[in-house]
Amino acid sequence: MQLKTVDRMTLADPKGVLTGSHYLDGDFSCAEGALAAGCRFFAGYPITPSTEIAERFAQRIPRIGGVFIQMEDELASIAAVIGAVWGGAKAMTVSSGPGISLMMENIGLAAMMEAPCVIVNVQRGGPSTGLPTMVGQADMMQARWGSHGDYQIIALSPDSPQECFDLTIEAFNYSEQYRVPVMLMMDECVGHMYERVTIPHAEDIRVRSRRYTTLPPGEYLPYRAGEDMVPDMVKAGDGYRFHITGLTHDERGYPAMTEECHDQLVRRLVDKIRKNAQQIVHVEEENLEDADVVVMAYGISSRVARLAIQEARKLGIKAGLLRLIVCWPFPEHIIRELSARVKGFVVPEINYGQMVLEVERCAAGRAKTILVPHMGGNVHDPKDIVNAIVEAAK
Amino acid sequence: MNTVKTPEHPMTPFLRMDRMPHIWCPTCGIGIVVKCLAAALEDLTTDLDNVAIVSGIGCTGRVAGYVKLDSFHTTHGRAIPFATGLKLSNPKLKIIVVSGDGDLASIGGNHFIHAARRNMDLTVICVNNFIYGMTGGQLAPTTPPTAKTSTTPYGNYETPFNLAYLASACGAVYVARWTTLHMRNLIGSMKEALQKPGFSFIEVVAPCSTLYARLNKLGSGLDLMKYYHDNAVIAHDMEPKDAGISEFQGSVICGKFVDIERPTWMDETTKGLSAKLGTEYVPWGNGRSQE
Repeated sequence: MQLKTVDRMTLADPKGVLTGSHYLDGDFSCAEGALAAGCRFFAGYPITPSTEIAERFAQRIPRIGGVFIQMEDELASIAAVIGAVWGGAKAMTVSSGPGISLMMENIGLAAMMEAPCVIVNVQRGGPSTGLPTMVGQADMMQARWGSHGDYQIIALSPDSPQECFDLTIEAFNYSEQYRVPVMLMMDECVGHMYERVTIPHAEDIRVRSRRYTTLPPGEYLPYRAGEDMVPDMVKAGDGYRFHITGLTHDERGYPAMTEECHDQLVRRLVDKIRKNAQQIVHVEEENLEDADVVVMAYGISSRVARLAIQEARKLGIKAGLLRLIVCWPFPEHIIRELSARVKGFVVPEINYGQMVLEVERCAAGRAKTILVPHMGGNVHDPKDIVNAIVEAAK
Repeated sequence: MNTVKTPEHPMTPFLRMDRMPHIWCPTCGIGIVVKCLAAALEDLTTDLDNVAIVSGIGCTGRVAGYVKLDSFHTTHGRAIPFATGLKLSNPKLKIIVVSGDGDLASIGGNHFIHAARRNMDLTVICVNNFIYGMTGGQLAPTTPPTAKTSTTPYGNYETPFNLAYLASACGAVYVARWTTLHMRNLIGSMKEALQKPGFSFIEVVAPCSTLYARLNKLGSGLDLMKYYHDNAVIAHDMEPKDAGISEFQGSVICGKFVDIERPTWMDETTKGLSAKLGTEYVPWGNGRSQE
């Protein structure tokens, strides 16, 4: 898989790169991706099925140089991560549904403060305690909308242990590029699946360094953004004496309780992602050239979908796969274009209808949209997806 | 034409003068705490570039916004874990958490006890005004028995926290309590706490005339200062367990209750990992942070 982000890149620090061919599960691979991306601070709280990421990080980091701390809860974990970012570290936390729910307020703080960080959600079945050890994909809308107020984040969804490595690096790179919290939306199957993971040499891994200001103290304003809508950063201890708040703030970072200031700030927080969506969107397309039916899937469900598409092709139905690698922002333009020329979309997901809402919205009635729901605890029976493809092709 | 030059406010180097006037009410005690903190840092001739301040939400949560340091106004209750991440990622920083009793002891209570247990290298200053000020005078975990608040209109019948006891029981290495009347003592304690590695905690009992005094018919902020004058008892080294503020308008026991030595989280972790991993261990810290 090609990494999409290209500019302002540096080579990975070889200390964090476990070059070689490994047999790893998705969780371990995610931890290796974080280390390769330069993550040197991890605060977390144990929760199935994400715990192995924390365990791997805790085991590896003392030999690399960095901090692992198990916090008292998920509220503390995400707060510590944001604090660590302002101290100058690349930082992450990991969790699953219940813990992610607890983190939501401070995910909003990270969006508001524009603190680049990575939050991994190894999804299990919900709601509430749900199915702790079994798969779900029902936090997709939470990832997009879970904290209060208007903001936008980036979310990625790996379909294999290899992608857990690759996309964790990508998640860190996006977080630094756009100064947003980036969510890696794994699922229990991908997290606990063992496969070959190839970790390249450090000189073949590109990581994005933090965009620190070149202005001296006195001239620097923490939230003055250029054309790309992303302000440059500073870190604590460098003499800038800056102020950062979760309140609506002006370019100086000072609270400013006015409609105008709020308008400017919220628009920028959303637009820096919304208006760059086409650069961020990342999908994999298979057999879409001649497709009458598009199966849109992500994570583990995309692997089941592949089998269903093969079966459908055997039945003479021209089906293809649109796999979301970046889930948020949603590939609106791709669905719009496809909806003009295909008969229908089939969306298998391990929930009762989440990303399918986005497909319906973008298809806007130009093509049929069929949800293949699964409440969680297992992956789909491919036959259910085949039946939906047959239906969509009618 | 003659111009009269306004003399510079003595706290100008420490304050964001472009943010004045502040939001605090007349006779609020928070300003005194800020003044004392400035005096402590000045006396210690601390390089202010290496000091960061973290606040939560509430009246005291606004302190971070007015002091000219690297300053962070975070979410309700999360100042301590935020400060923990800041400290561990950039260990050269001296980190001061300044927040209110509701922020630190109610919604943030879990973080408070765990940071004390870990002996995280933070100085935590809690402005305790017995009430939720920012939201209009509701019950706090420190509200004395029978005191009225807007959510205990018939009086409070819960037992309040003895924050000094809580901090000491959880492992804080330095614990003191003063009122805003005790400025010299408070500055002295702040200086000691700032120089003490590990989790140091100072509780400052402070007047809230707009809400606490008004709801309880205690007069003005000045009357609350008179109450401190008449009822504060200085009892250094008193067992924190016995130093609670347990009665409405009762005595306020002040002093330094705890001043002990204990390795910090960073010390223990570095020592433990060095012993276990030997030369393989790559320490983090010594002012190093990742660019």
